[in-house]
Amino acid sequence: MTAAVFFGCAFIAFGPAFSLFIFTIAKDPLRVIILIAGAFFWLVSLLLSSLVWFIATKATNAQDLTLQKNLLIFGSIFSVILQEVFRFAYYRLLRKANEGLAAISEEDGPPLSVREMAYVAGLGFGIMSGAFSMINTLSDSLGPGTVGMFGDSQYYFITSALMTLALTMLHTFWGVVFFEGCERKRWWVIAVVLCVHLMVFSLSLLNPFYVASILPVYAIMLLMAVWAFFSSGGSLHNITLLWTCRKSNAETSS
Amino acid sequence: MFAEFAGKILEYFVERYRVHFVLDVSCNSVAQKIYVELNNTVPCVRLLNATHQIGCQSSISGDTGVIHVLESEADLEWPLSKGPNPPYMVLLESSLFTKSIMMKMKNASSRVAGVVVVQKTSPPEFSPHTTCPNENTGVYTETYDHNLAHCNTTVWNPRGNGLSYEEFDSPVFSLKEDNETEVIKQCYFDHNRVVNGSGLQYPLCAMQLFSHMHAVTDTATCMRRSSMDFSTSPVMVCDPLGGYNVCAFIRPYNSTAFGHKENESVVIAAARLDSRAFFLEDSTGAEGSVSGFVTLLAAAQALREATQEAPPTRNILFAFFHGEVFDYIGSSRMVYDMKNNMFVIDLDNVHSILEIGQVAVRSGTNLFLHSDPVSRRNNTVHDEVTNLVKNLQSSTAGLNFSLVETDFSQPLPPSSFQRLLRARAIPGIVLADHQTDINNRYYESFYDNAAHLNLTYPSNLSPEEQLEFVTDTAKSLTEVATAVARALFKQAGGNNSQVNKINADPKTVTQMLYGFLVRSNNSWFQAVMAPELKDILQPNPPQYYVGVAKSSHQANALTYLVQYLLANLTGTATNLTQSQCKKPDELPNESTYLYSYLWVQGVVPPNSTQRESFCVRTAVRLVKAVSPAFDLGDYISKEYSTWTKSQWKFIKARIFLVASRDLEMLTLGVGVAVLFTSLLVTYFVRTKADVLFSSVREPNNAAY
Repeated sequence: MTAAVFFGCAFIAFGPAFSLFIFTIAKDPLRVIILIAGAFFWLVSLLLSSLVWFIATKATNAQDLTLQKNLLIFGSIFSVILQEVFRFAYYRLLRKANEGLAAISEEDGPPLSVREMAYVAGLGFGIMSGAFSMINTLSDSLGPGTVGMFGDSQYYFITSALMTLALTMLHTFWGVVFFEGCERKRWWVIAVVLCVHLMVFSLSLLNPFYVASILPVYAIMLLMAVWAFFSSGGSLHNITLLWTCRKSNAETSS
Repeated sequence: MFAEFAGKILEYFVERYRVHFVLDVSCNSVAQKIYVELNNTVPCVRLLNATHQIGCQSSISGDTGVIHVLESEADLEWPLSKGPNPPYMVLLESSLFTKSIMMKMKNASSRVAGVVVVQKTSPPEFSPHTTCPNENTGVYTETYDHNLAHCNTTVWNPRGNGLSYEEFDSPVFSLKEDNETEVIKQCYFDHNRVVNGSGLQYPLCAMQLFSHMHAVTDTATCMRRSSMDFSTSPVMVCDPLGGYNVCAFIRPYNSTAFGHKENESVVIAAARLDSRAFFLEDSTGAEGSVSGFVTLLAAAQALREATQEAPPTRNILFAFFHGEVFDYIGSSRMVYDMKNNMFVIDLDNVHSILEIGQVAVRSGTNLFLHSDPVSRRNNTVHDEVTNLVKNLQSSTAGLNFSLVETDFSQPLPPSSFQRLLRARAIPGIVLADHQTDINNRYYESFYDNAAHLNLTYPSNLSPEEQLEFVTDTAKSLTEVATAVARALFKQAGGNNSQVNKINADPKTVTQMLYGFLVRSNNSWFQAVMAPELKDILQPNPPQYYVGVAKSSHQANALTYLVQYLLANLTGTATNLTQSQCKKPDELPNESTYLYSYLWVQGVVPPNSTQRESFCVRTAVRLVKAVSPAFDLGDYISKEYSTWTKSQWKFIKARIFLVASRDLEMLTLGVGVAVLFTSLLVTYFVRTKADVLFSSVREPNNAAY
């Protein structure tokens, strides 16, 4: 559409990820490495699932549009499953790496806790997933035209950016919850994460009824945020502590 | 593959399946949702000469404007002043494509981003050319005769509005009335119509035109910029216009022996090949050039037998000049070659000249003979011209028209003969259908087409039947061709008793008119062309714009058509095989010095599918026609044509919807807000992380 839309959508889609990166990841080289490796794992999972989809489309009639649509849905479901498999694989890799890192570390014990690794891995998945969702659309938003010629909604760019934002944050929260569940051998957590991922995917199929797709996805994102907060050591008590701390600070300083 | 899948996933995350779900390998399906590319556009491009640049230019990243379909001249108020969403892209029909409307839009270039012309019905008259064509490069200069210069006595093209020679700094494109135009109009009606009282609703339908031209100012500047690159392959910014002249002698000379030929006297029969329009690629030229050269081709065919049986004393040169619209490129080149001993004859060998001008639109039964009053002040020249007139007038005996001399004080119309006169006072006549100003209401415009010549065929005929059908136009041109052929024969000193056997063939004339004005891809043209050139034959007429001079020995479609037709009409079929046709010098009686040997496709016999190809021995040659100014390096020449065409990277047009400024700013605002909020929240959470997350560092045993 123009530079305004380009920057607006870029900020919406990547703003939170960017701020998370700057404040929590950029200073620690080990976290950067885990972030990038996590992004790579997501990329590989997408590559493999796209291979499957590609073979399926080339093996079938390209003119049959319903079949191609169904193949795409099948491919996407397969991709979701593969992403979670790769998340698990990354968890195993990080656990193994953690032992080695603890051995060579100068400090006593491992340099990163599993919780921190979970958060960084999830963020890595989220950033890469967001990038793949959004970059193509962003580059087209720079031109003078907007979507709508063929009857699509003109809010296409904003809603894509909002979905990408939600997806990035969701991947982060899923990473936290998933690793915590694996750590405590609660295997039902993995199943729940997979189901929620599939649910988000199927909600996205409801586009362009954006009310029916974006609002539920954001609701799910909030629920996942709460779950991730609790599973990474937070509690209501901590929040009230925070609040009273601030209040008392404010009282003492005034 | 990877990106394709990701793109598809993206499409599914944010867009529901639609009927026009496209599966081709375009990684940019979002772009397909936004833009509709327009493929059949003809742009107005930039041409430069020694002093000016003309034509149109867009900015380097294209010009975008909200589409507005112009309904009348009064409706111009909307894009020029009243409309609330400038800049506008004005779409107008060909009847509104007038000088006053274009000038008004040119002056308001901040509000008008570009113009798109949709070709529909022809207006009653329209000529975008100047009123005095080629006024500075003809023979009538201030020094030649002050009174006749600059069309002081006769304005040849009074309807000319000079639109083709104006400079526009916004793009102007032309579209045909087809599916793409329907899409544009539908988009306009859906989104851009003003609903009374409620104003325009975003999103609006807009168009973007790209036609950025590299060259500026004038030819000297762009040639200087082209040569400044010292690399081995210099980047050209503009290209000189030019092509090839088609020449054929009745008695050919050794093509390697240039200069004066002793005791040879040649009568030149000339015609013009090229034409132009405002949109260069859309040049038709039915009355402007086709009428002339088709008549000359028919006359050449008529003369073939008589000149072979009893060759006349003087030689006859059939010369078809290319590039004449742009300051006489072809004829000035030939005169230059003759003066500098680069042509097989020189000016001393030229006895007289008969040129066929525009001859198809008569306003009576007469055709007119124009001559130059200044050179006729010399008695010798005057006598020769009178003799030529006599030969011409006596050649119309038994035909349905007569030839009348024009007024003595009237100068020559724009014609290639003027360039020869500039060099030498040669006696000559220009044959035309107009007595004073031209009869062509559509001179050098894209309405000068078959319909203008009343070339109508009965509706139930197939294309091949139309090819054979003899129209009235063909009949009248045949008569003119007969008269021209007889006059040439007499002028060349032929035996008077043979004259009445010289007759042009109406079937040839009508086939040529069909091929040049309706469809060039017909069975006769296919038979006459070389096998490797058969792809230049299209289901529409060829294009008459001279084009740029290519460095390789390639001519444009029109030149090849005329060359091969002239070869077929004046040459002889031989028994040579295809390999012999390529190297005929090995045979005892053939010589490539005198003749050129062309392998042509031939006809398909009724009961087979193979063409009977054969080798034609002909005296037809292509002679390079590029303005001498480029050979001399004199890019500010006032003597020769200095026309060049700018180069460009790409030219395209597309339509799309534009969103309101409010929505864009809203998006930007939301984005900035999200960014700042997330920065604040993250910073806050990070500083309070040890409070919020009770055990950031896990005890050692949890790590294993």
